[in-house]
Amino acid sequence: MKVFKLVYKNAFRHKLRTFLTILGIALAVMAFGLIKTFISAWYAGARAAAPDRLITRHAVSIVFTLPMSYKERLLKVEGVKAVTYANWFGGFYVDPSNFFPQFCIDHTNYFDIFPEFLISPEQFEAFKNERKAVIVGQGLADRFGWSIGDKVTLIGTVYPGDWDFIIRGIYTGARTDTDETIFYMRHDYLDETMRQQSPGRAGEVGWYALQIDDPSRSAQISAAVDKQFDNSWAETRTETEKEFQMSFIELSSAIILGLRIVSYLIIGVILMVLVNTMTMTARERISENAFMKTLGFRGYHLAGLILGESLLIAIIGGVIGMGLLEMAANVAKEGLKQFFPGFTVEPTTFIVCLITAVIVGLIAAIFPIQRALRIRIVDGLRVVD
Amino acid sequence: MSETMVKLSGVTKSYFRGAMEIPVLHGIDLDVPTGQFLALMGPSGSGKTTLLNLLAGIDQPTAGHLSVAGEDISRLSDGDMAKWRSRHIGFVFQFYNLLPVLTAYENVELPLLLTNLSGKERRQHVETALSIVGLGDRMKHYPRQLSGGQEQRVAIARAIVSDPSIILADEPTGDLDKQSAEEIMTLLGRLNKEFNKTIIMVTHDPSAAEKAELIRHLNKGVLDR
Repeated sequence: MKVFKLVYKNAFRHKLRTFLTILGIALAVMAFGLIKTFISAWYAGARAAAPDRLITRHAVSIVFTLPMSYKERLLKVEGVKAVTYANWFGGFYVDPSNFFPQFCIDHTNYFDIFPEFLISPEQFEAFKNERKAVIVGQGLADRFGWSIGDKVTLIGTVYPGDWDFIIRGIYTGARTDTDETIFYMRHDYLDETMRQQSPGRAGEVGWYALQIDDPSRSAQISAAVDKQFDNSWAETRTETEKEFQMSFIELSSAIILGLRIVSYLIIGVILMVLVNTMTMTARERISENAFMKTLGFRGYHLAGLILGESLLIAIIGGVIGMGLLEMAANVAKEGLKQFFPGFTVEPTTFIVCLITAVIVGLIAAIFPIQRALRIRIVDGLRVVD
Repeated sequence: MSETMVKLSGVTKSYFRGAMEIPVLHGIDLDVPTGQFLALMGPSGSGKTTLLNLLAGIDQPTAGHLSVAGEDISRLSDGDMAKWRSRHIGFVFQFYNLLPVLTAYENVELPLLLTNLSGKERRQHVETALSIVGLGDRMKHYPRQLSGGQEQRVAIARAIVSDPSIILADEPTGDLDKQSAEEIMTLLGRLNKEFNKTIIMVTHDPSAAEKAELIRHLNKGVLDR
């Protein structure tokens, strides 16, 4: 018999109780991992941000536009290699519930500055040659069953009216967390239409994306850009792409904080479940531990057995929980893909879940170990005659 | 003349409840030669088990000297005491104290986990001990699958598996029917005669005590002369 066998047999002495404890830990680990994945998906945009990209927007708010004429001036700022721009379109497909992001982009170079969106050269060429052409993400195409050549009409809300497009390209993401639900249309199509229908809204962009030559100089370059437009009627605010993304995430900071608190409470629940089981175990085995001491087992032997038992239950629960997490995340991914296209359990989440289970196993063993160490043999055996 | 296995001089033991002292043993003097089978009898509360606990090193005397297997055990640290106990003491309890999740084989093997014996050597020791107590064919049985008498025999096998200097038995027949009690006493007698094991047994049962070589009586913490 190996010592591990004794640990294993002790852990499963009360099969139902151990099973329920493992189940409780597994469900809690799954819930903890799901929340962590959810928070991580929230930050996917910021994570995907490239260090060599700056975003320039209106100094007051992103809802205010900037003149297209800024592009040439931005290109003259030292350290800026390339400039592209985009605009939020804000429409829907067939029904307002069909939400997905739509951007009007500078079709000449947008995908050069955002190379994480992978498009075949033929499709990109077709996109450049036709004003109503659009490129959509693979996820979006799958969602609505679109394919190359399909005609799609969006109903504009920011820019009212029916807007006809033709799908000329479908991109995929270079990374697993690249958003594949975006609808990219050409900015010149929007601009030409605005010139005819609402001239006051023509010649505007939502924000500029600047590619810089040295990410370590992003602060200086940002300052230089904003200085260019000081005291103009459209002052700018320039920041790294990551800061730009984070400013959106911070709008939801209360929700994220709430989720984080819930995740910590879940760790508390896992701990309580296991502590309860291990405490019952400690109480039931007072005389057994005392008897083991009469055989010559030392305090550290008993501590090792108890710790092993606690860790075994916690790790089994943790591993099952991680399996449940993977399954639950796959189910949730389908339902959330329009809001969180990057909803994937990251390897670090699995590692955190496992480490959490191990820490819980360690903490849950403390009280039973203390009890086993403190008990005097004669008291444990209750043999005072 | 046999060597002395146990020597007690003026051993006193008291328990304290708050400031109140409750004396249990009064100036016990006792010599037990190697290979003797001694029965300690006495009414409940006379201090029999307390004396046995002192001999096993699981309790400390309040005063006096106590030497077992040539070692003054009142001077040992907790760690050394545990090591000494695993080497020299085989304990048999009234209620067997077998681990319910382990088979007879695994229960007997338990004390050997503290030794440096290889798996093969442990197997030899366990099989020998179980065959001595007549349970060679019950190795894979769990305690719940054994009768009370068989459980106690497993406990005796566990007590002898590490070849201890002395076997201490606390009411070994107290939970058994008459026939099983007879079998256990015969087994202890064999261990004493055939293997020259020193045995000190606490019992209430006069018929069990009769199997011993010597009977001593404890009354209110005083050992008879």
